[in-house]
Amino acid sequence: MSLLQLQSIRSFYGQIEALHDISLHVQQGEIVTLIGSNGAGKSTTLKAICGQVKTTGTILFEGNEIQSQPPHTIAELGIAHVPEGRRIFPGLTVKENLEMGAFQVKDKKQITERMERVFQYFPRVKERLSQKGGTMSGGEQQMLAIGRGLMMNPKILLLDEPSMGLAPVVVEQIFEIIQKLNQSGMTILLVEQNAYQALQIADRGYVIQTGSIALQDHADVLLGNEQIREAYLA
Amino acid sequence: MQEILSTLPQVLLDGLTLGAIYAVVALGYTMVYGILELINFAHGEIFMAGAFIGTALLFTFVDIGLALNWLTLILVLLLASLLTGVLGVGIERIAYRPLRKAPKLIPLISAVGISFILQDLVRFIAEYKTGNYIVTGQTVFENKIAIPAFSIGGYDVHASAIKSNTLVVIGIAVLIMIVLDIFVNRTKWGIAMRAVAQDRDTAALMGINVNKVIALTFFIGSAIGGATGVLYAQQYATINPFIGFILGLKAFTAAVLGGIGNIRGAMFGGLLIGLLEVFAAANLGILTGGALGAEYKDVFAFIILILVLIFKPAGLFGQAVKEKV
Repeated sequence: MSLLQLQSIRSFYGQIEALHDISLHVQQGEIVTLIGSNGAGKSTTLKAICGQVKTTGTILFEGNEIQSQPPHTIAELGIAHVPEGRRIFPGLTVKENLEMGAFQVKDKKQITERMERVFQYFPRVKERLSQKGGTMSGGEQQMLAIGRGLMMNPKILLLDEPSMGLAPVVVEQIFEIIQKLNQSGMTILLVEQNAYQALQIADRGYVIQTGSIALQDHADVLLGNEQIREAYLA
Repeated sequence: MQEILSTLPQVLLDGLTLGAIYAVVALGYTMVYGILELINFAHGEIFMAGAFIGTALLFTFVDIGLALNWLTLILVLLLASLLTGVLGVGIERIAYRPLRKAPKLIPLISAVGISFILQDLVRFIAEYKTGNYIVTGQTVFENKIAIPAFSIGGYDVHASAIKSNTLVVIGIAVLIMIVLDIFVNRTKWGIAMRAVAQDRDTAALMGINVNKVIALTFFIGSAIGGATGVLYAQQYATINPFIGFILGLKAFTAAVLGGIGNIRGAMFGGLLIGLLEVFAAANLGILTGGALGAEYKDVFAFIILILVLIFKPAGLFGQAVKEKV
C-alpha cells in the first residue's frame, strides 16, 4: 500500500479545470518529484492533496480517503505542506512561526523536543528565534518554512519549489537537507522547476504537462531521457 | 491658559474615561479587520446591545431583591460579555461567513444591514418592556469623589468631582486591554489569531482551524465591546438604541488612527480621541475666542485624524512588516 495515492484527480479554480486526471503514488520512505513547466499544475496537485482546491477523484493517505477533508484536518493526519513562496508568517517571530507548526500539540515538552530536532537540521534558525519571520533572507525563510513543516512531525513532507528565488549555493544546502531528511526516514513529495537537481536526489519522478501526467519513471531513467533533457534540463 | 489649566484635571479624567471606552470598542473593530479585512459596522451595535443587556440584568437583579455592589456589577459584566460574545459569533456565522469569498463590499453591506436590525430589535424590545426606547438604568456606584481646588505655579486649578464609577470604567477597561494584549502576544490561540490574520491559507496548512479562530476573534471582540456597553451605561446612565452608531464611528476612527489591524494602536488611538474630544469640548470656545463652541469637538477630533493620516497613512502604529521573497 502506498503512503499517498492520487487516483484520477481533477481540480478546479472556479469553472476552470486546472488538473485533468492526475494519478500518482508515493511509497513510504521515497523522494518523489513532480516536475514540469510553469503553470503545468504542479502546485495545484499539492493544493489538491491538502484540500485547498475543489477536487474530484480519490486521494488515499494510509489507505483512507481524504479528498473531502478541510486543510486543517488533513494537516492533522500527518501531511505537512511547505507552500510555494515559503509563506512565513511575516509578523510572527521565528519561534512563533515554529510553534504554529506544532499547533495541534498540547504537550510543551514535545514542542521543545521537536524544535531541537529542527535546530539540528537548521542551526541558523536557532540563532534567529526572536527575529520577525518577515525580516529574514529568502534562504533563511525557506529553512524556517521547512522547519515549521517538520514541527508537525509529519508522515510526509510536501515541498513546493523550495529552490525558488534562492542563490545556487543556498539551493545546494536546501537540497542537501532534503536528502538528509529522507535518509532519516522522511517521505517527501518534491515539486520543482529545477528539474535536474530534483531528479538527482529523487527516487522516482512524474512529469506533469498542462494538468496531466505525461511521463513517469525512475529518476535516473528520466535524467537520461532525451525528451526530458530537451524540455526541462536544458 | 489660566482657564484651560483650571479645568484640566476634570478634562483629563473625563477624557480618559471616554477614551478608555473608545479604546476597548476600537479593539473589536481592529481585531476583526486584522483577521478578515472586514469593517464590522455592526460592532457599534454590539456595544449598544451590551449596554441594554447590562441595564436589563441590573433591573432584574433589583426586582429579585439583589443588592447592587461590586459583585453584582462583575456578574453583569460577565453575563453581558458572554451574551454579546455569542451574538458576535452568531453574526459572523450567519452574515459574514457565507460571504467570505465574495467581493469585500458585499459583507460590508451585510454589516450595515445587521446594524439596522440590531438597532430596531433593541428599540422594539425596550419599547415593549418600558414604553420608551430611551432607558435610564440602575447605577451601581452613585457616590462622587471630590478633588479640592489647588494652585500650581501661580495658576489656580478648579475643584473637580469624579464619579467613583469613572475609576471603575478606567480600571476595568485597562484590565481588559492588558489581558487582551497578553492573550494575543503570549498564548497559543492568540498567536494563531495573528497567524490567521497574516496568512489564512498557510495557517490552515499548519492544522489551525481557521473558522474556529475567526469565531474566537468575533467572540472576544464582541464580548469586550459588550462589557464596555455595560460600563458606558453605568457612566452616562441614559442609553438608547442608537448610541452604538456615533460611538462606533469614533471607535473605528480610533482604530484607523492607531493603524487598523494593530491592537496596541487601537488602544492608543481610543485614548487619544477621547482626550482630544473632551479637551476640545471644554476649551474650543476659549481657544477660538468664542468663535467655535463645544459642539465642534468632533470636528476637532476628526481634523487630527485627517492630519495624522496625511502624514502617516498607515496610522500611528501601522507599520507594514518588511517582507522579503
